[in-house]
Amino acid sequence: MNEKSQAPAIELVGIDKKFGAVHANKNINLTVAKGSIHGIIGENGAGKSTLMSILYGFYQADQGTIRIAGETTTIKDSQAAIAAGIGMVHQHFMLVENFTVLENLMLGAEGGALLAKGTDAARAALKKLEEDYELEVDPDAIVEELPVGLQQRVEILKAMYRGAEILILDEPTGVLTPAEADHLFKILGVLRDQGKTVLLITHKLREIMAITDTVSVMRRGEIVATRKTSETTVEELAELMVGRRVLLQVDKGAANPGEVYLSVRNLTVKDGRGVTMVDNVSFDVRAGEIVGIAGVAGNGQSELLEAITGIRKPTSGEIFICGEPVAGYDPAKLRSIGVAHIPEDRHHMGLVLSFEESQNAILGYHRDDKYGKGPFLAPDLIRQAATVDIEKYDIRPPNPRLKTANFSGGNQQKIVVAREIERDPKLLIVGQPTRGVDIGAIEFIHKRIVETRDAGKAVLLVSVELDEIRSLSDRILVMFAGKVVGEKTPDTGEQTLGLMMAGIAA
Amino acid sequence: MSTASFPLPRWIDYAVLPLLNLMLAFLVSGLVVWIIGENPIEALKLMLNGALGRGEGIGFTLFYATNFIFTGLSVAVAYHAGLFNIGSEGQAYLGGLGAALVALALDHYVPWYVTMPFAILGAAAFGGLWALIPAWLQAKRGSHIVITTIMFNFIGAALMVYLLVNVMIVPGKMAPESRTFLEGGQLPKLDWLMAMFGLKLGPAPFNVSFLIALVMCFLVWVLIWRTKLGFEMRTLGLSRSAAAYAGIPYTKIVIITMLISGGLAGMMALNPVLGASARLQVEFVGGAGFVGIAVSLMGRNHPIGIIIAAILFGVLYQGGAELSFDMPNITREMIVVIQGLVVLFAGALEYMFRPALVRVYQQFTKG
Amino acid sequence: MDFFDIVVSILGSTIRLSIPLIFTALAGLFSERSGIFDIGLEGKMLAAAFAAASAAYVTGSPWIGLASGVGVSIGFSLIHGFASITNRGNQIVSGVAINFVAAGLTVVLGQAWFSQGGRTPQLPAEGRFGPIKLPGADAVRDVPFIGPLYANVISGNNILTYLAFVAVPLSWWVLYRTRFGLRLRAVGENPGAVDTAGISVTWLRYRAVIVAGLLCGFAGTYLAIAQSAAFIKDMSAGKGFIALAALIFAKWKPVPVMFACLLFGFLDALANFMQGKQVPLIGEVPVQIFQSLPYILTCILLAGFIGAANPPKAGGVPYTKER
Repeated sequence: MNEKSQAPAIELVGIDKKFGAVHANKNINLTVAKGSIHGIIGENGAGKSTLMSILYGFYQADQGTIRIAGETTTIKDSQAAIAAGIGMVHQHFMLVENFTVLENLMLGAEGGALLAKGTDAARAALKKLEEDYELEVDPDAIVEELPVGLQQRVEILKAMYRGAEILILDEPTGVLTPAEADHLFKILGVLRDQGKTVLLITHKLREIMAITDTVSVMRRGEIVATRKTSETTVEELAELMVGRRVLLQVDKGAANPGEVYLSVRNLTVKDGRGVTMVDNVSFDVRAGEIVGIAGVAGNGQSELLEAITGIRKPTSGEIFICGEPVAGYDPAKLRSIGVAHIPEDRHHMGLVLSFEESQNAILGYHRDDKYGKGPFLAPDLIRQAATVDIEKYDIRPPNPRLKTANFSGGNQQKIVVAREIERDPKLLIVGQPTRGVDIGAIEFIHKRIVETRDAGKAVLLVSVELDEIRSLSDRILVMFAGKVVGEKTPDTGEQTLGLMMAGIAA
Repeated sequence: MSTASFPLPRWIDYAVLPLLNLMLAFLVSGLVVWIIGENPIEALKLMLNGALGRGEGIGFTLFYATNFIFTGLSVAVAYHAGLFNIGSEGQAYLGGLGAALVALALDHYVPWYVTMPFAILGAAAFGGLWALIPAWLQAKRGSHIVITTIMFNFIGAALMVYLLVNVMIVPGKMAPESRTFLEGGQLPKLDWLMAMFGLKLGPAPFNVSFLIALVMCFLVWVLIWRTKLGFEMRTLGLSRSAAAYAGIPYTKIVIITMLISGGLAGMMALNPVLGASARLQVEFVGGAGFVGIAVSLMGRNHPIGIIIAAILFGVLYQGGAELSFDMPNITREMIVVIQGLVVLFAGALEYMFRPALVRVYQQFTKG
Repeated sequence: MDFFDIVVSILGSTIRLSIPLIFTALAGLFSERSGIFDIGLEGKMLAAAFAAASAAYVTGSPWIGLASGVGVSIGFSLIHGFASITNRGNQIVSGVAINFVAAGLTVVLGQAWFSQGGRTPQLPAEGRFGPIKLPGADAVRDVPFIGPLYANVISGNNILTYLAFVAVPLSWWVLYRTRFGLRLRAVGENPGAVDTAGISVTWLRYRAVIVAGLLCGFAGTYLAIAQSAAFIKDMSAGKGFIALAALIFAKWKPVPVMFACLLFGFLDALANFMQGKQVPLIGEVPVQIFQSLPYILTCILLAGFIGAANPPKAGGVPYTKER
């Protein structure tokens, strides 16, 4: 061990940050050794992103000290962070989409007032980086034309180009296939072996176990524990994350499938640029069963859901609901024939955050006469109806007049779930039901989904969380590059499914 | 502490902030007055007196306010659906054409109260129609409605001048205007209403369209907050993706919203054309469309706020006219300056004082 | 007047009428490419015209007039910047406000200072930018075709006219060959990318609006003391909006902007020329058609009938870091 003579790469002492009433970071103390990969795990809202934003100069801590390589440093903006050797790979890439890779790299480090001088130097430096770290990408490619995995590479290259000694990655694998994720981890390993320090923010326990040397668990704004990864287990970390023993499985009886409610035949969906997102997909969902679609984000699942729920017009193919051909129906019409949709993105689709809770409780069903006669809407009737759902789903705080933005993620999702399930639909379409939801609400929502199945409804579930798919589904379909590449039973091993998700035939 | 996200109580956000900004606008205007060599306090007194001192002044103030209520409502309705309608100036101009055609057709044959509903329809129809193409372009082709409505203001102005000079003009006369409407095509003055408050209207053209405007305020409130269409408009304005998810048809709502918005702007024409000059003239809108933007913003896009803001601008207009008589150095254009400053401080700089207010508020609530 | 004389005359008018458009459209280009909508181009141009005319009258120097025009225009730009950037206010509203304030203030101050009903006094020749004879203009004058073109259209313009045509390639070079230009284009597409690269979004956008102010200053100065000999109330007459239309029509690129402005200037010149003239079958073409053409053309472009119009992605949206 020669670390004793070296100061830790990062030392956070007493970092504290409030946003109004929200205490995002409470007295954080953290030490990260140089040349290591440190994971920070925690649920959504635990404060991980805030902490990283403080490190990168986006926010200033209200209190506390930051020491980089032993020296107390004030990081008042991104420039200071970069100067301190900190580079960040954001979850939502910070790239200029219509610039080339080279231009994105040079932005901020152009090498002079005139571009001509710096461009050649940048090109040469980029080549060297690519060789050193196996991060190949075409410098003249336009970023918006690159696949997501390559775009992330550009993000990493940006940080390396600015001479980062410390690399922070915020939820990097959400958009990658398992193969791409492995490649990323290989790169992180190379970086670590070359003395760089890596901070990996993630909520995926498996990644922590796979790649990190040490891990800190954050919960409700505090660091509740720091462990050597080799000395802990997935179960211990999960428990530390939520503070109680967590059932990673859902109690579920056997399915009793009846007639076909949803039938998709040769469905193809092309996006605005003519790229095929859903490629000749066919499958059925029966009453009384949950069909789960597994796959890495970006393989066509979103477009498939949008086509089935009427938000997007399919390019070709057919969709039947209880025998009725519905391809091209708009969402309102689909709702009227018994289709309910819990969308993947509750913030931008499932809810209008500025509305009060009761108004979101009727979103999509607002034309129903029970909320007002003829063209009118009666707020009292709406609030009454909303209160019923609030009680049944234990939505907190139980105030139908409260602005929806003021509810927590889990409660917001419960508003959506209540709204859709209480319609007693024939077919329930669910996308990412527990993204950004705390564990207590996750259990609640999973139970409701299973109940819907047991009541004889058909459920189509899409999720990037393989655990969720395996614990809820009666049948699993795997999607890759817009195609359904196979159907498996839920007891199929993770590796098999993972390979299929990566496009490697089973 | 992050002051931008700190939730201040509603009364501070909706009353104190706008008031502070208004005072700042007046302060800067006062500075300009002082630079010209006049006494700002005197000027303010003259303005208020001119606007509210006598029945006639109040009449003029409310007459101008009527214009701004219509255009303010127009902008507000579009705003709730997420559309920035800068075209109320042009839509009001075209609305005048619609109203004038009705008046010219009917004024020989029927009394004003028969003409009135048709004139309202005519004004609204023409105003709405002028908003239709920009609406369709936004809905179907994604063309930014701010730009297209600005363009249509100019196209509308050119069209109206052409029509007034070449089609509507009275043969033999020089002025580019239609013939004067008979009583059947005029909206009567509200002198009886003023008398109820013990005020004399005098020559001020305060007329029935003010009452129409108030009725429209109520109807707009019902539309936005008590109807299903209003719910869909607000959803669209707040989140286009949520609206798609909820099965709210984008094209239909955009077009309906702009038709209503254009229609409200068109109705503004009733006030000057049928209520005051009793003929169609060039430039009768006189900037009311742009003031409507200011009024809508100041009034927080709510009918009650719009009425208050409209009356404020009416005070500015009438007071300013009086002021330019008594202080000739302060020309009528001073009003435009004040108007611009009000728009600047209450519209664009509306959150300028927020951080300071947050600190003050926190001090008070800590103790 | 034979046909060629007409062509020369119209060409000359076209150039004269396009100059304020070119300057103003370039101003809008810098501002909008950085993500700041500028509806206030009209007001800045007007204010600059007044300042230039006043200063030129008082001092007798057109250059001091130019400096004043530019200074005032930049002043208004900073107000727009303060509202849009620092205070994250609504950029459309700020632009509308500036137009109001400029329209009113110019007349109020004009009347207070010069008592001529809102206009500034007539400038003597020394107070204006006069025509510059290019070398060889007299010698070439009688050469058929090229002669009159060179002598009357290309030569004989004032210095601001030539500067306008220099400003176009200069703008191109700044936007695409300098660090400032790269960052400016980036901040209009994704300010987050610029911020995380360690560059101040605020300072970058302020510089963009200052450049816009500079260019509008030239436009206004040209109007008052080059093209005319005084400031007259509302003399910008909507040119700021035509420039905006030209900018959009040219899809926010410098060289197409110049051509769009020349096109719209040509329409203006044509409108003046056609007044009172008869066209076979149609009779007299209403001047309003020419007046509306720039606006109609822009709408047709925006409808996507002449190709896609893709404005800067972050245009009009104030940048906030708070998530």
